[in-house]
Amino acid sequence: MAVEKHMRQLSKKNLAAADAPFFIGAGAYRHHVPASVDHLIQRGEFLTAYTPYQPEIAQGTLQMLFEFQSQVARLYGCAVANASMYDGSTACWEAVAMAGRVTRKKRVVLSGALHPHYAQVVRTMAKFTEDEIAGADPSLTALPDDDGLIARIDDNTASVVVQYPDILGRIPDLQRIADAAHEKGAKLIVVNTEPVALGALEAPGNLGADIVVGEGQALGVGLQFGGPYLGLFAITDPKLVRQMPGRLCGETVDADGKRGFVLTLSTREQHIRREKATSNICTNSGLCALAFSIHMTLLGAKGITALAAENHRLACIAAERLARVPGVSVLNENFFNEFTLMLGTDARQIVRDLADRGVLGGVGLGKLFPDVDGLKSGLLVTVTETASLEDIESLASALEEVLP
Amino acid sequence: MNQINQSGWKPGTPVAAQDGGDHPTVTGNKALMLEEALIFEIGGADTCGVDLAETQTDLPSRMGKFARKDEIGLPGLSEPETVRHYTRLSRQNYGIDLGFFPLGSCTMKHNPRLNEKVARMPGFLDVHPMQPANTVQGALGVIDELSHWLITLTGMNAVAMSPKAGAHGELCGILCIRAALEARGDARKVVLVPESAHGTNPATAAFAGYETEDIPANADGRVDLDALKARLGPDVAAVMITNPNTCGLFERDMKAISDAVHEAGGLVYCDGANFNAIMGRVRPGDLGVDAMHINLHKTFSTPHGGGGPGSGPVVLSEALAPFAPLPFVEKKSDGSLRIVEEENMEDQHASAFGRMTAFHGQMGMFTRALTYILSHGSDGLRQASGDAVLNANYVLRQLEDVLHAPYGASGPCMHEALFGDEGFADGFSTLDLAKGLIDEGFHPMTMYFPLVVHGAMLVEPTETESKDALDQFIMAMRSLAQRAKDGDEALLTAPHHAPRARLDEAQAARKPRLAWSEANGG
Repeated sequence: MAVEKHMRQLSKKNLAAADAPFFIGAGAYRHHVPASVDHLIQRGEFLTAYTPYQPEIAQGTLQMLFEFQSQVARLYGCAVANASMYDGSTACWEAVAMAGRVTRKKRVVLSGALHPHYAQVVRTMAKFTEDEIAGADPSLTALPDDDGLIARIDDNTASVVVQYPDILGRIPDLQRIADAAHEKGAKLIVVNTEPVALGALEAPGNLGADIVVGEGQALGVGLQFGGPYLGLFAITDPKLVRQMPGRLCGETVDADGKRGFVLTLSTREQHIRREKATSNICTNSGLCALAFSIHMTLLGAKGITALAAENHRLACIAAERLARVPGVSVLNENFFNEFTLMLGTDARQIVRDLADRGVLGGVGLGKLFPDVDGLKSGLLVTVTETASLEDIESLASALEEVLP
Repeated sequence: MNQINQSGWKPGTPVAAQDGGDHPTVTGNKALMLEEALIFEIGGADTCGVDLAETQTDLPSRMGKFARKDEIGLPGLSEPETVRHYTRLSRQNYGIDLGFFPLGSCTMKHNPRLNEKVARMPGFLDVHPMQPANTVQGALGVIDELSHWLITLTGMNAVAMSPKAGAHGELCGILCIRAALEARGDARKVVLVPESAHGTNPATAAFAGYETEDIPANADGRVDLDALKARLGPDVAAVMITNPNTCGLFERDMKAISDAVHEAGGLVYCDGANFNAIMGRVRPGDLGVDAMHINLHKTFSTPHGGGGPGSGPVVLSEALAPFAPLPFVEKKSDGSLRIVEEENMEDQHASAFGRMTAFHGQMGMFTRALTYILSHGSDGLRQASGDAVLNANYVLRQLEDVLHAPYGASGPCMHEALFGDEGFADGFSTLDLAKGLIDEGFHPMTMYFPLVVHGAMLVEPTETESKDALDQFIMAMRSLAQRAKDGDEALLTAPHHAPRARLDEAQAARKPRLAWSEANGG
């Protein structure tokens, strides 16, 4: 009882998203999670199982993983997805590493509008593998600078990494970038941090992506102050499956002829290959994959399409309303549920002032890009179905109050 | 094994009488055990189990030409169908909640439900990692308190909280070591790893750009100190040692090993997967360890979840602390907490080696682990490790007359008991015994690991089990050991009572079917 009381006191020292008009995204998204998701993941047979090393008594986890892999592959427009990674940022690095194995090249071109934390994870890992990372500052333009990105691709490029939608909420032209990458023998890695967007936007796998990775937290998992989250990883060419990192679940039959599922192709993995493994990953995000899969099953194609449409409608309404606040303009020509407002003053201070008025109004771009002066007045605003029209009005009027 | 029947029967289709075994049913169901088809076979494109609002607006779409054109092809289920689907699947799983799960090296202990309740408090579950720091002081407080406990329990100087799992923590530790060596201009190339190590150890060292070499073991299953000393030199960056080791033995020479490594200019990584055996009794910092990851999902009772999420904070010595990756939590002079990351790292943190993940680590695991620690207190944690070791020794001594215990003479074991398959009849293996254990209602132990023992069986009972539970397991193991020695043919086709018989793993790997498709019907 004393423990519970202590933890409750700590919990109360936080401002929960439900208790404020809430517009923060930037790689972690707040969506309504149906009650049955949390109920089902708490069944002890899921919650207290281990990695399914004994398939005869782990068909529940294994069938779920097979379904999860199939759902992710379809959402991403890919042929094969794995059974999850730690999170989107580590999946992004694993994709870079895989592209290096496949192309046997060392140069990686990062879009300037890739989530800077993802770029930072890639740079950190590349220091130790001696890959050459070619980054850039994000352009402050209404559309992503696809031409600038394409111009940086050369014959030594192993992979091009582009976020869709990007960190400023804009939508890059993947097919153009894919064509340019493939012309130079490079792989296109598409990063998606908001899976709900793919209920409305074309799947990256249908637009020339070779590897699609992302964060799956938005469906089923919740915000949880940053973790545990769920890395998604998929490829369009099934011939490259043996170069994939992470666990894979496959279909087979048992000795009585009944369909069943097992972990397979484990000769890529650390417990067999040791120092020659494709990745050192062991435990991944099984329970988060279950939450994602249940939420996706409850939605189905119809639900994810409707959910995405509602997110976009509310984002359009918010963009239109906020652009009417004096001194505020919307940077984006296109967006899904996230866009950048230009405020004419350091947005980090505005975010703090909004929080003092009980509004969690977004992320100041200076927090993400401390070294890029031009971005400091940018405020990244995210609008999901959890925001009401009253919340949007609260943000608009609070902005009017706090802007100088 | 019997000839495999390749019929590929699927739930939802009738079972042929000759395929149904004794007392066949046409559905394949067996009373409470219900077969369940794939969501792709039972769901529909127009079915949705969620009510969604539809806000009216005349504003045009801002997605331009990028709107999705084709069908997504994702099946939906109604809420009752969804609840049944996953409830039925869950019943085909074994978990600690159901019974004894002695999976060696994985520390399958009870997961207290208070942990789950606390993790779902809105101030932890429903806060965003990029909220302003003054709106998340309680979340930062959890990280700070847990950090304090981990540092205290291990006798180390600092802890990097962000790694997402054990192997990720290992990588963090090795990268700290490499950063520290590079900072002093020392380009050492070799990491020494015992043969008995977890597969993640050599995989991690290789990723970090090191060549790995085996450290030999002596006859009693511990690191051969003299051989290690002979190998040390200016090219050795680090040794990675698991303590207690994967043979279930405490490395008594750990301090001497650390001293020798340090004297030769190297650093010591300790794989903390087995910390549950020594928690509250031995502080790795006192043994000269420079970095050690802690699996919160093992030692500190956060649930394994069918393969994650884990959490792998890394405790660091004074020598390595400055190199810990971003982000981390720091106390300001006014007592409030802040997150140090790229935005505000300033000069005093310039040597941080980078960033390992997008946000602050596995917050949901931190709340559970802190709840576990506070519930036990330091005396309770000390008792837990003692009980875990006592349980393992009880299993070892109750079985060593019927199963080969290669290090039974090396003194008491720690938290896990190791056996080999010596003495089994021809054609009978550890796998067969393990599958027999499934029929007896237990989850099998870890098999064929560590690699240094033929047909290894690694049993980790944890402190969770009562003497009655252990006696039941021992009774089953004694029976199965005898059947394996006697050559009981029925063991070769076990399990006979599980939801599935042995699965054809060769076929799965030869012709991988990794996603459902209409063409092959699943």
